[in-house]
Amino acid sequence: MKDVDIGIQNISKIEGHASLDIKVRGGEVKHVKLMFTENKRFFTQAIRGRSIDVLSQSVARICGTCSIAHTMCCIEATEKAMGIVPSEQTLLLKKLTMYGLMIRDHALHIYLFSLPDVFSVDSVLDFTPEHTHFLHDSFAIKRAGNLLDTVVAGRAVHAPFPQVGGFAQVPTNKDLQAIVPDLKLAREKLFPVLEEYYECPVDYSRSTDFVSLVGDDFDFLEGDILNSDGDVIKEKDYSTHLQQNVIPYSQAVGYKFDGDTYMVGALARINLNKRGLHPDTRRDAKKYLRSFPSRNIFHNNLAQGIEILHSIDHALDIIESHDFKPEPKIAFEKKACEGVGVIEAPRGTLYYHLDIDDKGLVKEGTIVVPTQQNQINMEQDIKALVERILPTHSKEQIKYEVEKLVRAYDPCISCATHFLEVNWI
Amino acid sequence: MARKLAIGWFSFSCCEDSTIVFTELLNDHFDDWAKVIDFQHVRILKRSNKIHNLDVAFVEGAIASDHDALKLKEIRKNCKKLVAIGSCAINGMPSAQRNTFDDGKMKEIEFLIEKFHQAKKVRTIGDVVKVDGQVPGCPMAEAAFLDVLDKTLKEFKIV
Repeated sequence: MKDVDIGIQNISKIEGHASLDIKVRGGEVKHVKLMFTENKRFFTQAIRGRSIDVLSQSVARICGTCSIAHTMCCIEATEKAMGIVPSEQTLLLKKLTMYGLMIRDHALHIYLFSLPDVFSVDSVLDFTPEHTHFLHDSFAIKRAGNLLDTVVAGRAVHAPFPQVGGFAQVPTNKDLQAIVPDLKLAREKLFPVLEEYYECPVDYSRSTDFVSLVGDDFDFLEGDILNSDGDVIKEKDYSTHLQQNVIPYSQAVGYKFDGDTYMVGALARINLNKRGLHPDTRRDAKKYLRSFPSRNIFHNNLAQGIEILHSIDHALDIIESHDFKPEPKIAFEKKACEGVGVIEAPRGTLYYHLDIDDKGLVKEGTIVVPTQQNQINMEQDIKALVERILPTHSKEQIKYEVEKLVRAYDPCISCATHFLEVNWI
Repeated sequence: MARKLAIGWFSFSCCEDSTIVFTELLNDHFDDWAKVIDFQHVRILKRSNKIHNLDVAFVEGAIASDHDALKLKEIRKNCKKLVAIGSCAINGMPSAQRNTFDDGKMKEIEFLIEKFHQAKKVRTIGDVVKVDGQVPGCPMAEAAFLDVLDKTLKEFKIV
């Protein structure tokens, strides 16, 4: 019977700062404390009183890697509050913006963060010659996502063009056509990594619930909230299902869904809606899609890879079939109102709930990010894993396995720590 | 083997947007950089990171706790040149937005500032240690970073 104390400071190859304490006594895991150690930046207070004219740019600064998700969700909540229905072209531009984000952000994670764990090396810098092509593949894919967002949204980080009521600038068809070869090259480069994750034997399976926004064409923006039990929840009714849980040792709060812990992210999306993927993706990823539904969190990597493929396929469709034209933004009168925006960010469901006064200033804003929702589930996964491998693994090996598990979730600590405990409006 | 520029990349309180820009710059520059740069401490890329004997430390984010200030001082001691990266590092904002909160907002966050041992005021990198160079922008301007890196490679006689 083992007594072990495991501490991991500053887990590497994740976005932001997190540490972990595990205490084992008499072979039993007494506690797992996953601590998000980044200092809070108090966006909940900072956005209060801020004008909706600048809000989507302010909240972009919550997170560098998924800033576009914050911008898009904030715009959606504001538009719903104001009763603005975006034009068909704007909706397509929003989708392209999300696809660019998914391609770039997922590629960063599955290649630079998690792939070294598949090959049991420290980092991409340590890949052996037979694996170095993966690094160059990652650059080709990230470049394609970055280009897509640069052309459509103005920039891949803190994008300036998406605004309430439309896009400040509409891309030219010529500029969009110019990135088609980059998207096609990225598509071609993707398959070897899907094969690696498909063949990888790492298994952290544990029974848990999954939640995601599910829509017809898997565009990360539209649809209803679905859980593993098949319950369908309208976006505006989200707050009756999410319960906040204060985690005293972490600079973030956790969440439960209808009283249960759950996982959000690519694995949840593919588990709940693989039929919604683009037909070309379903055809070419048929073998890999057989792994889903899956309870193995390491399959989150494979799910992200499949989402890159889907994002490329759908983006190519839109670019090749639509004639984009300059279009003014929808004008609107500011009024006192309230709106809920729900989208799928790269790491899972993102909620914005805005209460706006008659001058267009934020009275209260509630933001629930994916990593907060995953925190309790991550701790339970870690506990189950440690209990399973404790008899056979050394302390260092356990540490490494736990880090791999945490990385598979692709946590974003910048997002998770930037709020005060929220109160439902 | 030719000497390489030993670099460290560090993040304090911020959204890490400049880190993301840095990982995007790798798309086009990695092959050239790998010949002249030793990525000695880059937590976004590596599991094992060493802080000792850095030629240059690139530091993004603002300093929101005494603990972070100590860590920054340790980085300063272990590098020959320190470059502040991005808006939060250079002028504190937007990470330092709580410095501007009115009494009502301050009262709401006071207990968290205390509980998590954060400092009363958020500081810039230059408020805590000597800064030798900077790359402005939110996120950092790519061209300005490439220019600083190029000059640093020459300064350390790597190229």
